Amino acid sequence: MARIESELGTRTGAFMKWIDDRFPYTETMKYHVTEYYASKNFNWWYIFGVLAMVMLVIQLVSGIFLTMNYKPSAEDAFASVEYIMRDVEWGWLIRYMHSTGASFFFIVVYLHMYRAMLYGSYKKPRELIWIIGMLIFLVLFAEAFAGYLLPWGQMSYWGAQVIISLFGAIPVVGEALVEIIRGDYTISDITLNRFFALHVIVLPLALVGLVFVHIVALHHVGSNNPDGVDIKDHKDADGVPLDGIAFHPYHTTKDLVGIIVFLMIFSAVMFFAPDMGGYFLEHANFEAANVMATPEHIAPVWYFTPFYAILRAVPDKLWGAVLMGASVMLPIFLPWLDRARVKSIRYRGWIYKTALGLFTVSFCTLGWLGMQPADDIFVLMAQFFSAIYFAFFLAMPYYTTIDKTKLVPDRVTYHG
Amino acid sequence: MGNSLKWTVSALPKLTAGLCTLLLTCSVFAASTIELDPTENDPDNINSLQRGARNFMNYCSGCHSAKYVRFNTLGKGLQLSEDQLLENLMFNAEKTFETIQASMPMDAAARWFGQPPPDMSLMARARGTDYVFNFMRGFYLDPDSPTGVDNRVLEGTGMPNVLWELQGYQSAVFSTDENGTQHFDKFEQVTEGTMSAEEFDEFARDTANFLEHISEPVRSTRRVLGVWVLMFLIVFWVIASMLKKQVWKDVT
Repeated sequence: MARIESELGTRTGAFMKWIDDRFPYTETMKYHVTEYYASKNFNWWYIFGVLAMVMLVIQLVSGIFLTMNYKPSAEDAFASVEYIMRDVEWGWLIRYMHSTGASFFFIVVYLHMYRAMLYGSYKKPRELIWIIGMLIFLVLFAEAFAGYLLPWGQMSYWGAQVIISLFGAIPVVGEALVEIIRGDYTISDITLNRFFALHVIVLPLALVGLVFVHIVALHHVGSNNPDGVDIKDHKDADGVPLDGIAFHPYHTTKDLVGIIVFLMIFSAVMFFAPDMGGYFLEHANFEAANVMATPEHIAPVWYFTPFYAILRAVPDKLWGAVLMGASVMLPIFLPWLDRARVKSIRYRGWIYKTALGLFTVSFCTLGWLGMQPADDIFVLMAQFFSAIYFAFFLAMPYYTTIDKTKLVPDRVTYHG
Repeated sequence: MGNSLKWTVSALPKLTAGLCTLLLTCSVFAASTIELDPTENDPDNINSLQRGARNFMNYCSGCHSAKYVRFNTLGKGLQLSEDQLLENLMFNAEKTFETIQASMPMDAAARWFGQPPPDMSLMARARGTDYVFNFMRGFYLDPDSPTGVDNRVLEGTGMPNVLWELQGYQSAVFSTDENGTQHFDKFEQVTEGTMSAEEFDEFARDTANFLEHISEPVRSTRRVLGVWVLMFLIVFWVIASMLKKQVWKDVT
């Protein structure tokens, strides 16, 4: 028995050597998995990165199966979605997975970004990780927007109409640009076809590529932690960070528990409330696109609404579009806007804590406002909260400089 | 910047008032402009769904298609055999894989009513079950309308009151408020139908229930499957937690 095992061992060893001579398998596994050390004191905020990965896989896989049955033409698109829902074996599950997945992808990504803001994960030396992450976020926006047109429902059509027409506000080239995006004078079969190409090939490729680079950059500098201290400052004799622990098997088994909890929440929505009361699947989108009838109230899906509220807060179309664009892009500059010496919220002063609190309230309220009709009072509120949103970023170099921070400990701490 | 700041500050009292009414207005907006009576239907009640199917095929399907709904899928959901489907529900279809098509030619219908009667496959999902329930009960006499009736839920509808025989005719009573806008108060029965008010409500409830069912036939399947999936995940969670504990036991 022992002889066989050892022989097997050497055979496997020989095989691995053969591989490793030609491809850095063992080296890569060590570098990224078994000898990648991340802090022991991760709290639950640190689950959202791996959950974003889970969502990416769910969307890619369910998307592939949807593509097998979906027809990207104005004539057939709506009916083909109903065909998937009613006639394709397990089609309803695949479709709900994908539609629920879109919303959960954004929930997870928003929380992942918020974690970075809580613990200053964007600060030196992780600026590039943050910028790549922001690019992922922008591509995800485009991906979701293109995908939302595909079911060819009323909201698909009119939502796209509203958003694409924004580009028309750009002086001189605006109208031409809108025509290039649509490929037509109105949103039509041609638009649907090219959005399909963008949604299933161009943007997913970009997404996967950016996610890869995001992780390469992360593993190069190492993960941050809730204390914002550098675990590489204290290593044992073997060069292993004292506060760090290998990604596998430690963080993988820990993440698995988190993934299962997440899947429970995901499944609860997918199986028991796939519409989520009209937030995940808008009611009006169960009516086929009708060029002749505008829905009485056009609202984008919830993950776009904070920025949509900023757009509507400005009476002028061009400036509204500019400010909306700015509101999406501004977080890219966080690594340089934030002048604080400490990373983590745990050691920041009351000024930053207050600012982040106000920002959080504003962002959520803007999200709610973006779903409401553009009544005077709502527009007024949107202006107020937009002002806070922008002030949070633009005044940051000032208030993070004067904010009194606490002393950061040498090593990571364990609480909460 | 300074200007807009001053402007924002001056708007603060108005804003506070807005915040206070926020939660109140929230529910109003959800209900849109018309108050709808709750249907109180039970989508798991097979008898109600079967009655609804009967109602739909007898009173609605002459004009309204349900073009995504196949009879065999319907049979599965409503626990009806192929023979029962053929005898009771399939008036203008021969094979059970066919979908529910209206008997009326649609281009002619468009000429008669201004627009073709909409497909009913997803109506309950797009507009809500309460919408269709209240629509069926919402016809009232209006001498100015070409069909002689209007509908409280969809003012100016081109649809005639095809259920008048069952419901009888009713008129709507409006009151005018201080701003001069009219508000719907209540219906008043003008002629008696073959059904009592309660019976007619039951009729509309079954039909709305049926429309909700065909708008998402997979509803009950997904709910049953969902329970199994969650039970599996709970077991998986227990095992994964034990695994995590085991792996981490020596970590200080």
